[in-house]
Amino acid sequence: MADEERQTVKRRSFLKAGAGVAIAGAIGATLAPLRDMKAGALDGFFQQHYKRLSEEDIAGIITRLEGEIGRDYGAKVTIKDPKPKKGVRFAYALNLSRCNGSRRCVTACVKENNQSRDPAIQYIKVLEMPSGTFDLEKSDHNYDHEQVPQEGKFYLPVQCQQCENPPCTKVCPVEATWKEPDGVTVIDYNWCIGCRYCMAACPYEARRFNFTKPEIPKEDINPNMGYLSNRIRPAGVVEKCHFCLHRTREGKNPACLEVCPTGARVFGDLNDPESEIRYIVQNKRTYVLKEEAGTIPAFFYYFDV
Amino acid sequence: MLRDYLLFLARACKLSFMGGPAFYAWMIFLTVLCGIGGNAYMHQFVNGLGTTGMTDQVSWGAYIANFTFLVGVAAAAVMLVIPAYVYRNKEMHDVVLFGELLAISAIVMCLIFVTVDLGRPDRFWHLIPVIGKFNFPISLLSWDVIVLNGYLVLNLHICGYLLYCKYHDRKPTWVFYIPFVFIAIVWAVSIHTVTAFLYVGLVGRPFWNAAIIAPRFLCSAFVAGPAILILAFQVIRRVSTYEIPDKGLHLLRNIVTTALLINLFLFSCEVFKEYYSGALHSASMTYLLQGLEHHGHTYNALVPWIWSALTLEAIAAIILITPLGKKLGYLDVACFFCIVGVWIEKGMGLIVPGFIPTPLGNVVEYLPTTNELLICMGAWAFGILLYSWMLRVAIPIMSGQFSHEKGIALSTPVAREGEVQ
Repeated sequence: MADEERQTVKRRSFLKAGAGVAIAGAIGATLAPLRDMKAGALDGFFQQHYKRLSEEDIAGIITRLEGEIGRDYGAKVTIKDPKPKKGVRFAYALNLSRCNGSRRCVTACVKENNQSRDPAIQYIKVLEMPSGTFDLEKSDHNYDHEQVPQEGKFYLPVQCQQCENPPCTKVCPVEATWKEPDGVTVIDYNWCIGCRYCMAACPYEARRFNFTKPEIPKEDINPNMGYLSNRIRPAGVVEKCHFCLHRTREGKNPACLEVCPTGARVFGDLNDPESEIRYIVQNKRTYVLKEEAGTIPAFFYYFDV
Repeated sequence: MLRDYLLFLARACKLSFMGGPAFYAWMIFLTVLCGIGGNAYMHQFVNGLGTTGMTDQVSWGAYIANFTFLVGVAAAAVMLVIPAYVYRNKEMHDVVLFGELLAISAIVMCLIFVTVDLGRPDRFWHLIPVIGKFNFPISLLSWDVIVLNGYLVLNLHICGYLLYCKYHDRKPTWVFYIPFVFIAIVWAVSIHTVTAFLYVGLVGRPFWNAAIIAPRFLCSAFVAGPAILILAFQVIRRVSTYEIPDKGLHLLRNIVTTALLINLFLFSCEVFKEYYSGALHSASMTYLLQGLEHHGHTYNALVPWIWSALTLEAIAAIILITPLGKKLGYLDVACFFCIVGVWIEKGMGLIVPGFIPTPLGNVVEYLPTTNELLICMGAWAFGILLYSWMLRVAIPIMSGQFSHEKGIALSTPVAREGEVQ
């Protein structure tokens, strides 16, 4: 009797030990993928929202980020944080009669703004439209011809419209994206939680998501970076066109304009009465995309032969 | 008091591990599914959302689809609460707690689904007011965070208080729960309305930008939620000795029937509006129901799904409005069809077409990856595990077999012989 009892106890403790090992093994197996996690993947966990950071905080963060990019991409880079200039209101105009669909702007933008090459992220989409319609559903986003422009087509480049009334900033649950005083809608890449609500909200399909860590060959990296613009983004956050603010806030033109072979693009300060952009908006018959959406874009299109 | 409460928790834990082979097999099965889902999530956590089938064009997928469906299930618990507390229906009063427990598990699943959808789950704390930067009241998502968590807390309080009173064999004091019950009724409507407004408020997505979405959400919720409850009650009747009167099931059947008919009506209203006007904005609906021609290619991944859903709902409606529905066997089938039908219709059938075509007229289809589906399966398994566990503890309390005085005094068929005290 006592023997039997002891055996039962033995068997029970054996079963318990077995169950314990099985549970530990199962937990281990569940968590196994964490082994591939890169060291420092969670650096900057406690970093605060951009608008709550002091100048010194930002300087410290920039040093850390420059180090990280050096470590991960092997490139020596400088990150600046240019502020918006007082009284400046940026706007863009695009002459559709001139655009020939070469997509030079797309590639220049990718290079300037350190967009991921794999998976490929591009801020500018050039839509090939059949003449005689403005139905975007008839557009071709992936046209691939030997030569452009094609007969019977016109080309409609679309990027962030930097709306006056942006639906994307409204929906962000953590205020990770906002409109700057010079009219540029920016994203704090270190604050975005990656919920992608802004992508659903944007009527212009302007926002891109980093589904994985951006991959850029070392020699293709543009080392002149801006904190709120073209620095290499972390995985899991949203990005988009920011009117090249690291260039434009220092008086230069956006990369897409500079490269345009037909001179279809005009950029400038709407508040400057002498500027070309002001002349166009005042004198050309311009229009905006999806005016009915009430977004009030700062991106104007016009035909002018 | 605290010691007493800890004793309660310890006993509840002990009780969770008591049961027959079938109970053990069920719980281990669910735990294994959770583990598989957890493993898949760890893979996603390390490698990013690139492990899913989502793209820049279709930026929400299976996670948000399941989330939307489950918010409805959680809200539908109110369909037991109203008859029980407002109309003082006796049958409902005995089972209302099981509905509230279902709401708790559904909300927990919702929270899991939105969390796994985040690109940066490590930054979840940015959502916490004051410490983070909570965009309230401008962002509808911040409203959703509040209403979902609030609903979870309300139901945890109501269930916890009632069960704890019953455990002590005390009569619950009405001020401690009745006001919360009535708040929860309004709150239940609000969770689903706010979730609908998440989509309705987007001007760039004509498929969602329609006032009918919120009423449709509530209607389909009152189909799927009570249908799940009917099936859950049928299971409870079989595995425990707890009495659930047929009358209660038939009251729920009436709710499912009415809501299903209204749901089908509202859906047909949308179809009419989209098709008859023939405006360009009907492309998403065309994609859903017929497939979309785009540059010589037909895109129709959702077509078989939505037609299956509509067929299932139609068969369920026929069963429910004819005398067949009064037979419990047929009722079970109808409920199962309702659940699957609504899950497709307001899950993938609502989320994915919102992105197709894109605002600039591109067509990119969405197909979830295996890893993504495993995560969904894990989240569901966790919710069902949680519900099973809560029922394991709640049923003996409700039937008086587990109380402060008696401890665990099980005499149900699920208890093993040696453990009956």
